Amino acid sequence: MLTPILSAHWDKADSHTLDRYKKHHGYAALKQALKTDPDAIIATIKDSGLRGRGGAGFPTGLKWSFVPQNDGKPHYLVVNADESEPGACKDIPLMLANPHSLVEGVIISSYAIRANHAFIYIRGEVPHAIRRVRNAVKEAYAAGFAGKNILGSGFDLEIVIHAGAGAYICGEETALLDSLEGRRGQPRLKPPFPAVAGLYSSPTVINNAETIANIPYILRNGVEWFRQWGTEKSPGFKLFAVSGHVKRPGIYEAALGTTMRELLEYAGGIRDGHELKFWIPGGSSVPMLIEEHLDLPLTYEDMAAAGTMLGTGTPMVFDETVSVVKAVSRWLAFYKHESCGKCTPCREGTYWITDLLKRLEKGKGMEEDLKKIDDLCKQIAGRSFCALGDAAATPFPGAMRFFEDEIKEAVSTPVDETFNPLASTVFDKVGVK
Amino acid sequence: MNAPIELINVVIDGVALQVPKGTLVIRAAEQIGIQIPRFCDHPLLAPVANCRACLVEIEGQPKPQPSCATTLAEGMVVKTQYTSVLADEAQQGVMEFLLINHPLDCPVCDKGGECPLQNQAMTNGRGETRFDGKKREFEKPINVSAQVLLDRERCVSCARCTRFADEIAGDPMLALLERGAQQQVGISSDEPFDSYFSGNTIQICPVGALTSAKYRFKSRPFDLVSVPTTCEHCASGCSLRTDIRRGQVQRRLAWDDPEVNEEWNCDKGRFAFPYLQEGRLAQPLVRDEDGTQRVASWPEALRIAADGLKKARNAAVLAGGRHTLEDAYALSKFARLALHTNDVDFRARPHSEEEAEFLAAFVAGSELSVTYDMLEKASHVVLLLLEVEDESPMIQLRLRKAVRKNKTQVSVISSHITEGSYKLDAHVVSAKPGEEASALKDINIDADTIVLVGERAASVPGLFSELLKLQKAHGFKLAWVPRRAGERGAVDAGLLPNLLPGGRSVSEAEAVREIAALWKVSESDISSEVGKDFTEIIKAARAGSVDALVITGFDAEDTLDPSGTLEAVYAAGFVVSFEQRPTALTALADVVFPVAAVTEKSGTFVDWEGRPRPFTSAIRDNNAISDARVLSMLADAMDVFIGNGEVIELRREFKQLGAPKNRVAAPNVKGEKSDGVVLSTWPQLIDNGVMQAGEPYLQGTARDVVTRISHELAENLGVEDGDVITVSTSSGSISLPVVIVDAHAEMVWLPTNSADCAVRSLLHVSHGSTVKVRKGRK
Repeated sequence: MLTPILSAHWDKADSHTLDRYKKHHGYAALKQALKTDPDAIIATIKDSGLRGRGGAGFPTGLKWSFVPQNDGKPHYLVVNADESEPGACKDIPLMLANPHSLVEGVIISSYAIRANHAFIYIRGEVPHAIRRVRNAVKEAYAAGFAGKNILGSGFDLEIVIHAGAGAYICGEETALLDSLEGRRGQPRLKPPFPAVAGLYSSPTVINNAETIANIPYILRNGVEWFRQWGTEKSPGFKLFAVSGHVKRPGIYEAALGTTMRELLEYAGGIRDGHELKFWIPGGSSVPMLIEEHLDLPLTYEDMAAAGTMLGTGTPMVFDETVSVVKAVSRWLAFYKHESCGKCTPCREGTYWITDLLKRLEKGKGMEEDLKKIDDLCKQIAGRSFCALGDAAATPFPGAMRFFEDEIKEAVSTPVDETFNPLASTVFDKVGVK
Repeated sequence: MNAPIELINVVIDGVALQVPKGTLVIRAAEQIGIQIPRFCDHPLLAPVANCRACLVEIEGQPKPQPSCATTLAEGMVVKTQYTSVLADEAQQGVMEFLLINHPLDCPVCDKGGECPLQNQAMTNGRGETRFDGKKREFEKPINVSAQVLLDRERCVSCARCTRFADEIAGDPMLALLERGAQQQVGISSDEPFDSYFSGNTIQICPVGALTSAKYRFKSRPFDLVSVPTTCEHCASGCSLRTDIRRGQVQRRLAWDDPEVNEEWNCDKGRFAFPYLQEGRLAQPLVRDEDGTQRVASWPEALRIAADGLKKARNAAVLAGGRHTLEDAYALSKFARLALHTNDVDFRARPHSEEEAEFLAAFVAGSELSVTYDMLEKASHVVLLLLEVEDESPMIQLRLRKAVRKNKTQVSVISSHITEGSYKLDAHVVSAKPGEEASALKDINIDADTIVLVGERAASVPGLFSELLKLQKAHGFKLAWVPRRAGERGAVDAGLLPNLLPGGRSVSEAEAVREIAALWKVSESDISSEVGKDFTEIIKAARAGSVDALVITGFDAEDTLDPSGTLEAVYAAGFVVSFEQRPTALTALADVVFPVAAVTEKSGTFVDWEGRPRPFTSAIRDNNAISDARVLSMLADAMDVFIGNGEVIELRREFKQLGAPKNRVAAPNVKGEKSDGVVLSTWPQLIDNGVMQAGEPYLQGTARDVVTRISHELAENLGVEDGDVITVSTSSGSISLPVVIVDAHAEMVWLPTNSADCAVRSLLHVSHGSTVKVRKGRK
């Protein structure tokens, strides 16, 4: 079921403005929140069961409750809007079309965790989104929603928009903190966890942009309202960004638990004359699924049971024209390029696997390469410093699960011979039927 | 203050043990003899867990955990590679990854044979590689400094070097650049890696990525004979490992000594050793009838020296602060028994009578009272006339550790803020050079404070007097930190006009009796008159009242008035020199005895703490003879017996003395005020010092030679950063580019002995002297 909430007014030309947002009850939740005890807000979010939309699905209210109170240290809220994973494209549209939901969420969340400084870390390659959020923050300041003594409540908040410099690793929360502090973006050793010693060694909450944008709606409408969608463990709604070989790729806001088959319908189905080969529930770092999984509810728990993850909830759809070897090879090339270099398994493993996959793509692989790549993935998974290594170790075993024969064939036959690469494109006639 | 250590029970590989709470898994495993492979781990650096070589299984956790960063908790059960397939496979996997991009150039790599990667690939890796691709390539090597070379291909990105530079040295000029497999160590284009401690990065590099220009391709580790030695370059007392091949020092490394230098040393101690073996005096020299020097046999030289000294009416001894305790003691005894004089002084540098009194009253013969460990745990440390980074680098490192780990407050009384004080996050009280005594009042000093005073205090009248007065009132801990390795030993050995060995005062009858009994001579054989100090001896030699000199262990440039020193030695009737290398002073001597360098003899340096740092000779099959042995032979030739000059004998004899029963009264000298701009100066760690000769790579890491002035003075002179100013006295002038710093308005700082900046030779002044400053020409 489609649930246009965050995206309710995206069809309006001025959807990004304060005026439009206000017409949709914008900042009503803030007024209400400022009269509420911060702990009560944390409790509400806990009760709502909202889970992080950045990929890991950690319960948001629980995360907030880890922040020590009355510790005399400044607290910080950091919004992770460094959306960079192949396939993930939902925070950027959200920031373009409805930046005020994020800004209002930031203000309420900061109030709840007693932070007087909030940072929104936005991927540097999307200056249009950065401009929109900057503008929204400016409007919020002008309206008295941010700055000193917000709406006469005595609560102060400074909001800083920070543009990243183009590193996928900075989406890892502790690397993001290092980057924000002006250092090289590399993940930090945990513990201490950010909730205790995060930004500038102070208690810090780091949440995904979509997660934060949910906050005003939950607060205004209540826990019951939020829980009417989804499941016990995955309540609420989600911005599903469907991309790939579908007729109408785009953002479909729907209840958690919606199936991929439904999403495919919303997206107009697979392009004409082609059929589904495999799909990925949320970003390149989660294992792929196939046709038989189309009726599984898209929830955190059901995806885990199917051996994959909901991730960012941004399904990529691939039809039969796509070589799975090539797809995996591209993803690994991405991880090799984005590996920060800090830990050995990720740094060297992505280098080696990419090398082997390139060989395989050209039909110049060796029989034992498949076992080798699988071994190397096992040598990375669970042994790297952060989740980037785990992510890089995911695509190949995932592909082997369903397409072992095709991968074996690539050992001796170049994939471009088996799969005409032009057939996958929209700009060439070969694939369009 | 010492809280009881809480112990927890853990099991590692089936062995139950108790460890203090907070112990890392990797450290606990070491305690029961289990070596877990590691690269990034270093006990003195904060854990980072980035190499992943040390993964172990921890019961109840699905993923293997890095043992270098996992602290043990009560009841934890750990399985290492010996009992866990998971851990063993994880370790082997990481080792395989580490090797794919590592070149197979072990046979030509300096590290080959002592390489943690080589060793651990054998113990914890697979026998054969599965990698058949192309290895990553970089241009090799590149200089990260004149001394430190980087082979990026060999680097395993453990980040030990960058973490050392950042955490320990406080010189974060070395950093990791780029990402992924292209990640590499590098420097900024405008900030050279001129850290005084850069050599440590080479030593802790677990592969051959960092090598030294000095040692590159010089030797294989298995061809070296390693001997534990003590560094002779300053009074820090670092334990070193000297590596010898075919009778030549190939390199020096920091030796692990947790109480003193931990596992570090400075670049001077590490690289400045060519002077030990290049251009040495090999044979005794004597002056012929035609006035030229010629080579002589030992018996002939000893006879001529003995005759000359016996004929002298008043002979005196001038020594530098570079001797071992044993040599200094032999020299002290020689002066008293063979030359019958107290005209003996080791202070071939600016000094004062007040200083000699301070040394007698407070330093000589005292026990270990302030230690490195106390500095680390102190709440407040005051550095007075002491720039530790330049003058005693190990104190700098230990204080930095104290500041970082224990939040120790460091206060510095100095003419200006320096890089060194910045790295200690120090509270700097700016004082006019020469008037530092009055600044003591501006610092909150209590009984828990430790005050370290440098040898420059000798140039500040009233400083020692005031300090001892304050110490009596507040009871704080105090230590004197000289620059040279032999100074503290020379004080204990009595190489001073007012002191006999063991801190015994020459003017105290009881003390003289004690010494006479030890030496088995009659009291009347030992002069009880306070002798002349260094300056007075020079003056007397010039005037002719001292007609013979024994000179050893210093250069004219060390002294406040180098040309005056040369004139005095020239004027003296008969001069005997003990030296390792020819100098301007040996050229003036009638007899020159070549003596053993520090690597060729056994001995003891007493560090600033008062801690004896004994060492044995590193090079044995060598003809060099120690000062003490030559003195013994010379005394024999003069029909005086001072002992056989053997180190064991000298130590045994000196040890009998123990602490002095009485101490002389503290000095009471009034401070002085000066008008106008005064000079602040100390030698930089890497400079034109004679013991750094012949090491161009080390010199390449010396800091820029500049003068420093305050913002006020810069404004008055109308100069900006980088402009040249000229500092002058009636003797001469020095022109250098200026760096404007937060400083006392009326000070100008010059490095004492750097390139084009030989303050003593050119200006004939020292710290606290009035100088003229004007804008210079570029």
